[in-house]
Amino acid sequence: MEDKAGIKKPKIECVNISKHFMEGQEKNHVLDTIDLSVRENEFIVILGPGQSGKSTLLKIIAGLYKPSTGNAYLDGKEITHPGPDRGIVFQRYTLFPWKTVMGNVEMGPKLRGVPRKERRRLAQHYIELVGLKGFEKAYPHQLSGGMKQRVGIARAYVNNPKVMLLDEPFGQLDAQTRYFMEEETVRIWETEKRTVIFVTNNIEEAVYLGDRIVVLEGKLPGRMKKIYDVNLPRPRDYTDPAFLDLRHLITEETELTL
Amino acid sequence: MSDIQSAGSKRILKILPYLSLLSVLAIWELVVDTGLVPNTLLATPIQVIELFIYKLSHADPDGSVLLVHVLTSIGEALTGYTLALLIGIPLGLLMGWFVVAEGLARPIFEMIRPIPPVAWIPLAIFWFGVGLTGKAFIIWASGIVPCVINSFVGVRMTNPVYIRMARTYGASDWEIFKNICVPSALPMVFGGLQVALAASWTALVAAELIAADTGLGFLITMGRRLLMPDMIVLGMLMVGLTGVFIGIVIDRVEKRLVAGVRR
Repeated sequence: MEDKAGIKKPKIECVNISKHFMEGQEKNHVLDTIDLSVRENEFIVILGPGQSGKSTLLKIIAGLYKPSTGNAYLDGKEITHPGPDRGIVFQRYTLFPWKTVMGNVEMGPKLRGVPRKERRRLAQHYIELVGLKGFEKAYPHQLSGGMKQRVGIARAYVNNPKVMLLDEPFGQLDAQTRYFMEEETVRIWETEKRTVIFVTNNIEEAVYLGDRIVVLEGKLPGRMKKIYDVNLPRPRDYTDPAFLDLRHLITEETELTL
Repeated sequence: MSDIQSAGSKRILKILPYLSLLSVLAIWELVVDTGLVPNTLLATPIQVIELFIYKLSHADPDGSVLLVHVLTSIGEALTGYTLALLIGIPLGLLMGWFVVAEGLARPIFEMIRPIPPVAWIPLAIFWFGVGLTGKAFIIWASGIVPCVINSFVGVRMTNPVYIRMARTYGASDWEIFKNICVPSALPMVFGGLQVALAASWTALVAAELIAADTGLGFLITMGRRLLMPDMIVLGMLMVGLTGVFIGIVIDRVEKRLVAGVRR
């Protein structure tokens, strides 16, 4: 599938991806013929209800799952394994409980063999970028849910990934914190631009964040239903009429399935 | 629980343990003093305390002062115990993560595991005599089992999400083992150390009862041979107290090492 801008090569390309899991003798078909290309530094939101295969698609791009048919490509190279060029933030808090904030953020560079002094400097930079200065020595159990996800974002950023993959990162946060984290996500992304693929089931969140919104059908196997372009300037206003119009449009068009 | 209690009942709760200990001692003293239980079978608490003070500085009638018995037992225990954890913990950790290690070590381990540690005593005496080496071997054999099992299970219970996270950083198997599995298994490993301690200490005393010339188990045996019930009880109490002491030390070390993990 050709990118409609057609100028640059796509950063991420999914070609004819299907995925099924074997559950005993039964084939559980989760994704069907997904074609998607993502431009460099684009903020793509994959929107779908629970059980629409969106998380599976993200994990295929991450290299954690292999597609049953088709392939995913990063810079034209087939994705076969997870790697530090793709930073992931999961929905569930996945911080290492035995490490401090600093220890968590510098784990990635440490595992890649970055010398201590250098990885400290890197980690410090990203801890400050996500607004956690002063919490370097705190342990995860001392942090709130929003702060934990900030660490998660810093931990993904610190490896200098080409692509950031976020799997419903704010799903477990209360509404207030969620709005705040959405603002922060845009701020961080605008400070250090990356290609972002953000999975969510929340239409408002999708409209607030995305350059484009890829909507999946609401039942398995997950198929692409429609792609929306969001041509609203940032920072976006949740109460702006254009914002609400798009939100309603998506809600109406997906109502039957969401 | 303590939030619900009023201040008054809290004070009573603090006194209760002492009250219960004192009443046991009083009843114990009484049943012997009144002749309900003959003094030849059971010593009174006062007699035990008297003997304790005497044994602090006198080697007779069993050959060594109390401290020597205690130190002998601790020395034997620590030797065997240290060897058990030095071998058992790495073995268990590796078995938990590397399939090859599990395949090689598991069958041998499963064969040895159901043998009760005390069953090693005759063989240990046969091989090593009644000295330190034989006891250390028995301690080792009884302590290594919980060390291996807990380390193994600890690694196996590592949250797969942490492993997946490390994989996304491009970490190798060995790096993941070292940086993720081992630290996340630590609480479980320390649980194993406590279990191993209890098992070792039991086995040690059993070994000393059968073959020894010093040590707390030997003190108990001598009490029986010399018809001194106070010495038997003194030996038993010292076994208990020393065991508690070592347990506390391990607990302290654990709290130092396992930082950040709320339990």
